[in-house]
Amino acid sequence: MTAIELRDINKSFGPVQANRNVALKINKGTIHGIIGENGAGKSTLMSILYGFYEADSGDILINGKITRIRSSNEAIGAGIGMVHQHFMLVDPFTVVENVMLGAEGGALLNKGIDKAREELERLEREYGLDVPVDSLAGDLPVGLQQRVEILKALYRGAEILILDEPTGVLTPQETDQLFRILKALKDQGVTVVLITHKLQEIMAVTDSVSVMRGGEMVAHRTTAETSKEELAELMVGRKVLLKVDKKDSRPGETALKVEGLSVIDSDGIARVDNVSLSVRHGEILGIAGVSGNGQSELLKALSGIVPPSRGRIELNGTVVTPERPLDARQFRDLNLAHVPEDRHRMGLVMAFDADESAILGYHRSAAYNGPILMNRTAIIEDCAQKMADFDVRPPTPELKSANFSGGNQQKIVLAREMARKPDVLLVGQPTRGVDIGAIEYIHKNLIAMRDAGTAVLLVSVELEEIMSLSDRILVMFEGRIVGEVAPENADERTLGLMMANASPVSYEQASGPGTANSLTQEAGA
Amino acid sequence: MSSASAKLPRWVDVGLIPLINILLAFIASGLIILLIGEDPIEAVRILVWGAFGTEEGIGYTLYYTTNFIFTGLAVAVAFHTGLFNIGGEGQAYIGGLGVGLACLLLDGSLPLLLILPISIAVAAIFGAAWAYIPAYLQAYRGSHVVITTIMFNFIASALMVYLLVNVLIQPGQMSPESREFAPSAQLPFMHEAFAWFGVEITRSPLNLTIFWALICCVLVWTFIWRTRWGYEIRTVGFNETAAVYAGINPKKIIILAMCVSGALAGFVGLNEILGVHHRLLLNFTAGYGFTGIAVSLMGRNHPIGIVLASLLFGALYQGGAELAFDMPKITRDMVVVIQGLVILFSGALAFMIKPGMERLFLRLFSNAARPDTMTEA
Amino acid sequence: MEEFLVLLVSTLDATIRVAAPLVLAALAGLYAERSGVVDIGLEGKMLASAFAAAAAAYAANSAWAGLAAGIGISMFLALLHGFACITHRGDQVVSGVAINILVAGLTVTLGIAWFSQGGQTPALSSDARFSPLIWPGAEALRDVPLIGALYTEIISGHNLLAYIAYLAVPLTWWVVYRTRFGLRLRAVGENPAAVDTAGISVTALRYQGMMCCGLLCGMAGTYLSTAQNAGFVKNMTAGQGFIALAALIFGKWRPVPAMMACLLFGFLDAVANRIQGVKLPLVGEIPVQLIQALPYILTVVLLAGFIGKAVAPKASGVAYVKER
Repeated sequence: MTAIELRDINKSFGPVQANRNVALKINKGTIHGIIGENGAGKSTLMSILYGFYEADSGDILINGKITRIRSSNEAIGAGIGMVHQHFMLVDPFTVVENVMLGAEGGALLNKGIDKAREELERLEREYGLDVPVDSLAGDLPVGLQQRVEILKALYRGAEILILDEPTGVLTPQETDQLFRILKALKDQGVTVVLITHKLQEIMAVTDSVSVMRGGEMVAHRTTAETSKEELAELMVGRKVLLKVDKKDSRPGETALKVEGLSVIDSDGIARVDNVSLSVRHGEILGIAGVSGNGQSELLKALSGIVPPSRGRIELNGTVVTPERPLDARQFRDLNLAHVPEDRHRMGLVMAFDADESAILGYHRSAAYNGPILMNRTAIIEDCAQKMADFDVRPPTPELKSANFSGGNQQKIVLAREMARKPDVLLVGQPTRGVDIGAIEYIHKNLIAMRDAGTAVLLVSVELEEIMSLSDRILVMFEGRIVGEVAPENADERTLGLMMANASPVSYEQASGPGTANSLTQEAGA
Repeated sequence: MSSASAKLPRWVDVGLIPLINILLAFIASGLIILLIGEDPIEAVRILVWGAFGTEEGIGYTLYYTTNFIFTGLAVAVAFHTGLFNIGGEGQAYIGGLGVGLACLLLDGSLPLLLILPISIAVAAIFGAAWAYIPAYLQAYRGSHVVITTIMFNFIASALMVYLLVNVLIQPGQMSPESREFAPSAQLPFMHEAFAWFGVEITRSPLNLTIFWALICCVLVWTFIWRTRWGYEIRTVGFNETAAVYAGINPKKIIILAMCVSGALAGFVGLNEILGVHHRLLLNFTAGYGFTGIAVSLMGRNHPIGIVLASLLFGALYQGGAELAFDMPKITRDMVVVIQGLVILFSGALAFMIKPGMERLFLRLFSNAARPDTMTEA
Repeated sequence: MEEFLVLLVSTLDATIRVAAPLVLAALAGLYAERSGVVDIGLEGKMLASAFAAAAAAYAANSAWAGLAAGIGISMFLALLHGFACITHRGDQVVSGVAINILVAGLTVTLGIAWFSQGGQTPALSSDARFSPLIWPGAEALRDVPLIGALYTEIISGHNLLAYIAYLAVPLTWWVVYRTRFGLRLRAVGENPAAVDTAGISVTALRYQGMMCCGLLCGMAGTYLSTAQNAGFVKNMTAGQGFIALAALIFGKWRPVPAMMACLLFGFLDAVANRIQGVKLPLVGEIPVQLIQALPYILTVVLLAGFIGKAVAPKASGVAYVKER
């Protein structure tokens, strides 16, 4: 029985065609994966299914009936529920209030709340989704927040559940738990659609998979009959190098030394907790960890965006302490460069022309300035040079930063930070939102910097990236360094366990140690 | 504030759309004039003639334009850092106070050649100082700058009344004014300057300050787009997180921009006190500060646009006075209405036209569309 | 002692009267801001409704006609603000300022055109005003020590709109925290995407919030020209819309604290009026201009947050755009 069928879906945004002639069939009571790179059109397709957008042409059939879905309301009415990548929770509301929103059961709340609480508890029991119903959504840890999202969908009677990149914020163990929940849902007859760009997840939990590329549906496979390599090739359209070619590193002196660093936020919570590390010239130190465990704050402290609360940072002979903090400009003066995690919010100013973004952070240097005026000619020439060196397309310094593709924007940021041959290079999520062709290029450049003697500190949530690039690997959890692994000994299982190390709240539901990573083992990772 | 379209050619975005917005504002004003029972076409005729039909009219128009250039630049500089400076009224008032004090103190001992640069400096400093506290509170305490600057307008008013009634009033006089300045503290009027060259033009309040206004346009453009301080101001305005990343201190930049803004507004005091009235008096700001908002929005926060918009509003003010004379049912307040409509259409409803225009242009010029450099979908 | 009590009672009485329009305006702002729409235009709406109420009350010789007109124009302006900000995603602050300036000019322009009194409306007769409502037994209890004064002066004797203002506070509390509408309103101010994906229209909710804002603001303006005064005077709001907004912010967008802040302003105003011309110990006579400037100075002080930092609804001031 076909739960979802999409026929000939087309959707354009202006001149960009996000979905072209997409056809899809998903059987009821299965877990179906949709895989593709960023920009392949997966999210657009699911947004159409959830009523966020309306397709330009084509039909949607739910349980065999043609259904028009023009709004979230109609999607919910058709039994479709969606768990978004960025959670749709109202932080100051309780779990009950969040779940009730939209289905309050009457104009006055008092009766509705009791009924909602009862129903919620029933759902929790039935699907094993343990969440304290009266706590504030904003106080819950990420894994529990995601459960609230699933409960929201089930509360509204979803028989089809779409999950959009659900594991980006989860440890491998939490991911296993999520997959167990999905399997339980499947057993109850719920149809699950899993959107992801991670091949190992597809292999781990789905029954069937569809591949999208460039807005089109290019293949359907039964998961048991395909492989990661085949799917990767379908995703990209050519053979893909999943591992980076690199020589051994030859590290030199210590360039950056951190001792007992803590960064405490305004609520008094230590986001970085007593971290000590060092990076030597000519090596790449990779920091693995699920996002939200202090890596962002660590990068901010090491680049001068926030001052350290405790501890010391030693860089190029200068010592930074809470009593003598330095700002971002001063860190740059010490020949440190920083490729930020979020290029949209930090790395570039989208409204600036590329040449102005290309001097961000270095805009006061003598190379670009006279006594009062800025030297436009020098700035434009410099940008053109950088664009040529880093193969930025189109190589137009006057073009607005916003008009470059994600990969090219990232290249502009890298060019800016790398071009002045820094002693220390901090890099956060260098390939997030970047297509595979550019990923290879960026990785090659990082290795080249390392070979030229730069000390590179790499923060990434992509374990494959960490494992293939790093000369040493540290794992961060809840602000602390919980372990070091040599790349030869690193695999997803080891790292994953460390990433969830010393967790005070165990989300493990009584499944013995032997089955902890059974899913990854099944997939033959 | 502004978000230039990536899809439309620049001349449409900066030229055509604002023009359409203004047209809408004027049509709405015309409807209101009809509502009052007067003839809008006749009103326009009187207005244009009043503003440009006589030498005296032109003089007055340009005199108003001078003030609007200052307040328009003031609002624009603040906009570039993402702030809305509604305190132009108060900053102009206090700037004028500074000029008046300097003149009262120095007109006996210094020549005009020295008093002029001193007055410019004092107008700037006093205006900047009046903007400093709201700026500081916004930067360091998160207090909404719109509310605090409006409050400071009221406080400036009260302060000036107190000073002029109790402290600076010319002894024995009834009206709250200071004594008149000596000739060494009086900037020549334009008709006086023309007389040096033997050319005779009708009297008007237009004076040499207008040259300073135009110089300020060049200075502001250079400051915002060609210096590192302007770069930092624009960065903070577009993306504060990126600014911190770049080693810029947003708090300091906010205060810098607001102080520059206040200084520019303060130059209205230069025009009014040193240039026209030659004494300190009440209410010489007469709404110029608020008009600056309309001027800046209409001029897209760019000096060239601001000069054009100032000219338009100068014409409206002068023509409006003529209109009030000829059509007793309409007063200067009609110009305030037009101002409000301009701000509404240029500022709040600025995007009403844009999607339609984008679609229109896409259809007309789909061949000339730029190559595929779209952002990630 | 007797004199002090009389002074205290009259001061408290004045406090309640002066604070009433502020309370209405602050509550108006609450509905808008809680839904995520910044409303700087409270001042303009108040002024517009003051004018419309006075004009209509004069024309129809009825206070109720005035109230209807005041509410009508205020709701229209609220819709206009909504149209600019919600539908067309315009800058919310600019829209508010535009409305303020527009109203400032339009009220005088229409006032002169219609009434030829330099911007004022003609004085209203007592039929066209909201007169004080005397509670039963007030006259009889007047001379009873303490309770009598309390009852007669402070509780009884206010006009209808003032009572509505103070009743609106618990009513607003109930609506915002105990009804479905309130839950959704708060949600849309914190995370409009969550509301959208739950199948509720963000636009409709925000417009509804603006409508409530318009209703309350209309009552505030009507109060000024038909209850407190006997007609409209040019620029009669004199910044009270902003003061109400500051009170709301200071009260952390909650009904009862906002009301307390408004009462604080009212109290200050009442005290200031009574100090005028009086020689105080140590400082002597306070200049009248300083007294006039006090509410504005207090607003700045409150906003400077020396008395606690305020956290706005998270989605405040940001137009909602569906993420791609």
